[in-house]
Amino acid sequence: MPTAPMDRIDERQLAALGALNAIPANERAPTFNEPWEAQAFAITLALHRRGVFTWDEWASTLGRAIRDAQASGDPDTGSTYYRHWLAAIERIVRDKGLTDEPTLARYREAWDRAAERTPHGEPIVLTPSDLA
Amino acid sequence: MSDHDHEHEHDHDRDHSHLCDVQLRVRALETILTEKGYIDPAVLDQIVEHFETKVGPHVGARVVAHAWTDTKFKAALLEDATRAINESGLFDQIGDHLVVVENRPGEHNMVVCTLCSCYPWDVLGLPPVWYKSAPYRSRVVMDPRGVLAEFGVTLPEETKIRVWDSTAETRFLVLPQRPAGTEGWPEERLAELVTRDSMIGTRLAEQPGARP
Repeated sequence: MPTAPMDRIDERQLAALGALNAIPANERAPTFNEPWEAQAFAITLALHRRGVFTWDEWASTLGRAIRDAQASGDPDTGSTYYRHWLAAIERIVRDKGLTDEPTLARYREAWDRAAERTPHGEPIVLTPSDLA
Repeated sequence: MSDHDHEHEHDHDRDHSHLCDVQLRVRALETILTEKGYIDPAVLDQIVEHFETKVGPHVGARVVAHAWTDTKFKAALLEDATRAINESGLFDQIGDHLVVVENRPGEHNMVVCTLCSCYPWDVLGLPPVWYKSAPYRSRVVMDPRGVLAEFGVTLPEETKIRVWDSTAETRFLVLPQRPAGTEGWPEERLAELVTRDSMIGTRLAEQPGARP
């Protein structure tokens, strides 16, 4: 069963890999494809540094997030990796009692409101009124 | 947070900003954790900058090239990689639990993380997309030769292939074999032959002259 997806990866990604390998080792593909991936990655490292969780706990939480995504049909070809990563942070901060789902939902909605009232091209800043 | 908030006229939609679902989720996390004092946005910026500009396979390549030219360092590296790298004074300090496995004639090593994507960030940067993919994670264990073939590598049948499964606490780096014909090369030039994939074990170090 894993044969089909691997074949697809071959054509698309292994071809690109050949190109990557041909360039000097200090030039490489962008570390993060989008800024939110970088933020999600950095949040995890910062929380680990603070001792919120061990790498073992992180790996098993991320592993679970990946398995859950696979179970609900994610092709898990690596391109959706930071989505799993993000789901794992949300899970581990809830499990560790740093926050809870209602709070997360409240802040997501607040950021959504902040974006709505921010003219295109200007930095989006959260204000207390967004949280009301 | 859901998309129903954004069912506007197209023209109107262009007038204001929009954050997609994942952006909203990350911003929510960052704001809450900052307000509660668990994280500091300035530290997040430093972490991102570090990974975007400082670490990457060029670090591992320098370690490998040094091991190729300094037998004492190589022995120390195979004994305790983190200690050898940190005590050499030649590289930035790295985190614990790095294990270096050496390719030798008749023995080839490959690295995977079957659970998620544990990877030696300090010496290789962040993993490539294929390393994180389910097909690689599952197939390299069952069929390492098949995976190698897809990377264009064919090893002699008698070569033993060992696949190392990384964990959160133990991260592996492959020490590829030094290509023939590089006697007397300075480390800098040797490091150019050491690709990221050769340190994961999905390829070999490049042959001198193979590059255009």
